Amino acid sequence: MKDASPAKPYALHLGVIALLFALSFVLPDYHHGLLARIMVLAVFAMGYNMLFGYVGLLSLGHAMFFSAGLYGAGLAVIHLGWSVPAAFAAGILCGAALSLVIGVLALRTSGVAFMIVTMMFAQVFYLVILYFASWTGGDQGMVVPQPARVLGFGATSLDLTNPTVRYMSALALFSTVLLVTLAVVRSRYGRVLVAIRENEERTKMLGYDTFSNKLAAVVISGTICAASGAAYALLFGYVGSSFASVQYSILPLLWVLLGGAATTLGPMIGTLFMYYIVDITSGYTSAYLLIVGIALILLVLFFPKGILGTIRQRWLGWLP
Amino acid sequence: MHFGPHLLLAALEGLVTSAVLALMALGLSLVFGVMRVVNVAHGEFFMLGAVLAWAISTAISGHPALGFLAALVLAPLIVGAVALFAERLVLRRLNYNPEATIVATIGMLYIIQQLALTFYGPEARPVEPPFSYRILLPWFGYSGYKLSVIAASALLLAATWFVLTRTKIGLIMRATQYDSETAQAFGIPVDRVYAGVFALGAMLAAVAAVLIVPISQAHYLMGQDPLLLSFIVVIIGGLGSLRGTLVAAVLIGLSDGIISVFFSPTLAKIIATLLVAMVLVFRPQGLFGTASR
Repeated sequence: MKDASPAKPYALHLGVIALLFALSFVLPDYHHGLLARIMVLAVFAMGYNMLFGYVGLLSLGHAMFFSAGLYGAGLAVIHLGWSVPAAFAAGILCGAALSLVIGVLALRTSGVAFMIVTMMFAQVFYLVILYFASWTGGDQGMVVPQPARVLGFGATSLDLTNPTVRYMSALALFSTVLLVTLAVVRSRYGRVLVAIRENEERTKMLGYDTFSNKLAAVVISGTICAASGAAYALLFGYVGSSFASVQYSILPLLWVLLGGAATTLGPMIGTLFMYYIVDITSGYTSAYLLIVGIALILLVLFFPKGILGTIRQRWLGWLP
Repeated sequence: MHFGPHLLLAALEGLVTSAVLALMALGLSLVFGVMRVVNVAHGEFFMLGAVLAWAISTAISGHPALGFLAALVLAPLIVGAVALFAERLVLRRLNYNPEATIVATIGMLYIIQQLALTFYGPEARPVEPPFSYRILLPWFGYSGYKLSVIAASALLLAATWFVLTRTKIGLIMRATQYDSETAQAFGIPVDRVYAGVFALGAMLAAVAAVLIVPISQAHYLMGQDPLLLSFIVVIIGGLGSLRGTLVAAVLIGLSDGIISVFFSPTLAKIIATLLVAMVLVFRPQGLFGTASR
């Protein structure tokens, strides 16, 4: 990190955001909708990357944070009739509270035990959703009705089911989270997280309270994932238990590994690639899990640094 | 039925679960103990064993016992070969790094599951039990086959225990588990021990599957629940502790059987999973294990 000039990274990130904005006007309908979904899921991956990439804590239970946001927002709209902003805030708060509790418990363990504990907590969360099927719709899930997904500002109103509004809302969330992660990663706090990843004992010896730093990282990560889940419920109108299953804890790991762990743009690139690979191959075969499996093994065998990680190592050392 | 016989029935069902669970968890525990690899694909080796048992027993005509015996021998061998192949091709190249191997075995899980779905299909298919003798108790009749599953599992567990503690192979495995570097320095082919242990672990899961498949049917998603349960067993018993695994398997199997007879199975799973997560958080060495080195 010799290059301290912030100009290049910020220019790159603003460029990416501008590109996504411009794409909104040229993309055909199908890809327009797909990209909106990818941006929301990329936020999920960015939240995951915060913990896995920068702190080196491999969680196998992030689906619970995503679905805490998903159900927090969805249930508030469906059962309590809350407005869109209030429901979004409720989703985020649910994720923050859950990640605080899980963080306090799970951070008592490390390594393999941390992975298994997070996986088990996520499984409990998933089963709880199934158990309270009369509220959550069980494995059928629930649809958030269209009239509830309108954002009103006095006289004008924004309909989140409109493709352009949906795309721009997704982009707004994506840009905010991208710039926030960039700022966090470049801050003093971000350096401490990397130090913990590289050598926790030594960081402790230097006088840092590693537990509370890690706890803060879990909460930031869980909150970002919850924001993604809440946005998913409100923008795409579906709340279902499949989002809480183990598979949705594995997918962000895959996206981050593919794009490059501990890179700010990696999660977006990984999500984009994986989504399109699955989308294109699903035209030929329904065996998309096979592709996910092979991709995981190939990545971990040959490209443990992912796409952007490899680019950073070879050519662009300044990439954040 | 009165409460007493009902409880007896639940306990018997629980013992059958325990028997299968003990075999499967032992495989998981061996792989973790010796290689320090958390094998997330263990449930898929179990499923593969069941699916192969169906394929073999339907391919062989004649008395059902014939097909079943062939499956009992062949299915674990094939699954062991698949595991050996996966170990050589993937795990060894990762140098058994704990985190990388978890990601890789998740990959294997998806691959095996998808291949089973593609070639075997989404149906659940039954395998005929080798004999259908019913033991008549004063209150209800009970399947003789289920009782023989408990006996077979006990026999296999005893055999594994004997190999581990009384033979040279077991000594080599324990030496590798205790300190792989020193073992290597004493001329033990650690690399081959790892390959053998991984295959053995998968074979134990496959045997468990062949034993259970005449009771519950073969299905491509059947590996998920047993995987979680064996994780629970291994954690409660203490990672890498044989006796702890056995005690925990009986405990979990029995309580699972009894709780799900009297309460909702989802609630039983919620409570069990939460309890185990708490054990792992507050007593990481397990309830019966000793503190890890």
